[in-house]
Amino acid sequence: MKRYIARRLMQGVVLLCMVGTIVFFLGRLTGNPVDLMMPEDATAEDRAALIQTLGLDGPILDQFAIFVGRAIQGDLGTSIRMRQPAVEAFFDRLPNTLVLLPWAILLAMLLGIPLGVVAAVNRGSFLDRAAGTVAVLGIAMPSFWLGILLIFVFSVELGWLPSGRMGGPAHYVLPVITLAAFLVAGFMRITRSAMLEVMESEFVKLARIKGLSEGVVIWKHCLRNALIPVLTLWGVFIGNLITGAIVTETVFAWPGIGRLTYEAVIYRDFPLLQAVIILKSILILSINLGVDILYAYVDPRIRLA
Amino acid sequence: MSEQPVLEVRDLHTHFFLRRGVVKAVDGVSFSLRRGEVLGLVGESGCGKSLTALSLMRLLPRGGARTVKGEVLLDGENILERTPAEMREIRGRRISMVLQDPQTSLNPVFSIGDQLREAIQRRKRAPHAEIIKEAVAALRRVEIAAPEQRLDQYPHQMSGGMKQRVVGAIAISGEPGVLIADEPTTALDVTIQLQYLKLLKRLQAETGMAILFITHDFGVVGRMCDRVAVMYAGRIVECGPVRQIFEAPQHPYTRALIASVPKMTGPPPGMGGRLATIEGQPPSLMDLPVGCRFAGRCPLVEQRCLDAYPGTVRIGPEHTADCWKVVPA
Repeated sequence: MKRYIARRLMQGVVLLCMVGTIVFFLGRLTGNPVDLMMPEDATAEDRAALIQTLGLDGPILDQFAIFVGRAIQGDLGTSIRMRQPAVEAFFDRLPNTLVLLPWAILLAMLLGIPLGVVAAVNRGSFLDRAAGTVAVLGIAMPSFWLGILLIFVFSVELGWLPSGRMGGPAHYVLPVITLAAFLVAGFMRITRSAMLEVMESEFVKLARIKGLSEGVVIWKHCLRNALIPVLTLWGVFIGNLITGAIVTETVFAWPGIGRLTYEAVIYRDFPLLQAVIILKSILILSINLGVDILYAYVDPRIRLA
Repeated sequence: MSEQPVLEVRDLHTHFFLRRGVVKAVDGVSFSLRRGEVLGLVGESGCGKSLTALSLMRLLPRGGARTVKGEVLLDGENILERTPAEMREIRGRRISMVLQDPQTSLNPVFSIGDQLREAIQRRKRAPHAEIIKEAVAALRRVEIAAPEQRLDQYPHQMSGGMKQRVVGAIAISGEPGVLIADEPTTALDVTIQLQYLKLLKRLQAETGMAILFITHDFGVVGRMCDRVAVMYAGRIVECGPVRQIFEAPQHPYTRALIASVPKMTGPPPGMGGRLATIEGQPPSLMDLPVGCRFAGRCPLVEQRCLDAYPGTVRIGPEHTADCWKVVPA
């Protein structure tokens, strides 16, 4: 198990180097941020001065070397707009996103997994199709549309819930629903297909031969096995969530890392964008590693191998 | 002889209803199982042996399999008429089953102890420590060494033979009167097979349960069974005491089956000896002939075999065969 974790960590480092390189060069392809930052009537001297402060004057490979050298020391540059170290800006906002994610995943699992089980047990019936429809709806509705729709109904028309910004528990409801919506479908479909496979197993037959009740057979013997593929996809889902948070946080004016990413793009704040993407990659990689360790806990074949 | 059989199956029909048609996988099976005896159910793959077993357990595979006709009398009570909840009470306690493949019969994510305990708790409610003691005893009974340590292990930590013993322990922990063993040794190594058969025999002697032993291996039949029923294309074509079936098989199919068992005597294949085979294929279960089902492969076939299915002919006090050519006793 220790060797496995070590190997995974090595893979993560290699992946991070690739992400960093791609992000650096892609950022340079989107144009010169100076044009956006200077007023229309700025002089050539002012422009040159700014270019120099931002370190954009040297050859691109030199810039890359400097970037790598600093990145190794944990310095991912300074946000142009906020005049604050990018890493600091990221970690200032990170907690705001992290308080949102667990609720979204929890809600998605609480809806998606039972829906998947019910769909599998009643395969081909009305219930199965209804669950499938709910799932497809979740995927088909884009977050920005669902978010705005929810704001329109629950904040504007009914006035029950706040339309945005961080605050008390009521502020969480709409963003969490919006984030969870497209994960419900994923959880439901994977649970359903995993359940269908598990339900045909010989050990399920043996559980019935023992005379166990259907409830125990389905929710204990089948579901525990079906959760293994569900867990595997946790990592992917969390990646989806962090990506999905860009739109949702923007719609709900939620000051998390999703909104920070959006702002970095809009203001062409490329040091910040680089930092945000690299740090998000680290976040997703560590969550994936955590999931794999959890996976080993659920499946004794991995734990004890 | 007049004693009521523990299990009696009368004219059982289990069909698969598919879009392409009806597959008559079990089509008129009748037999009885007496207390404490081992009845072999023999036949080639696809003849309906396993589906007969699953029909008795009422655990048919999803997707169109249904028992359409017949009676399954367990201690005189037709269990086909029981509700699903009543059937759950019967399973494990009165009729139980050992499955073919030990590699997949145990749930990989629960420990052996967990799975055994569930079965024991079906029979009695008791404090945890007492159930554990019973679980240890159950493992010891199926000759598993160091049972205390085994309880915390998971299926993947055990060999196939050991897993099959655990499955056996689970199956009999409810002290059933009838145990169905569906090719329990097919997936095991030859050396382990023999141990397992001996174990089953011993358990049967200890508990007095009746065993329906499903196999395609006549060698195993000779070792295990008191009587044997030969199944072909969804029906039992011959049934009788093992000795009589081996020494004087009456149905041409049984004769061909016994002739195709490799023997230790006579010249081996390649040195003049040839292993007998049965030419042709069994009929499609979707389109069964009106006459005898073996007619298409039978060396003795005549017109009446094709025109109508032969009745069951009694040859001896316990020996019957479904064949026109058999002379009644």
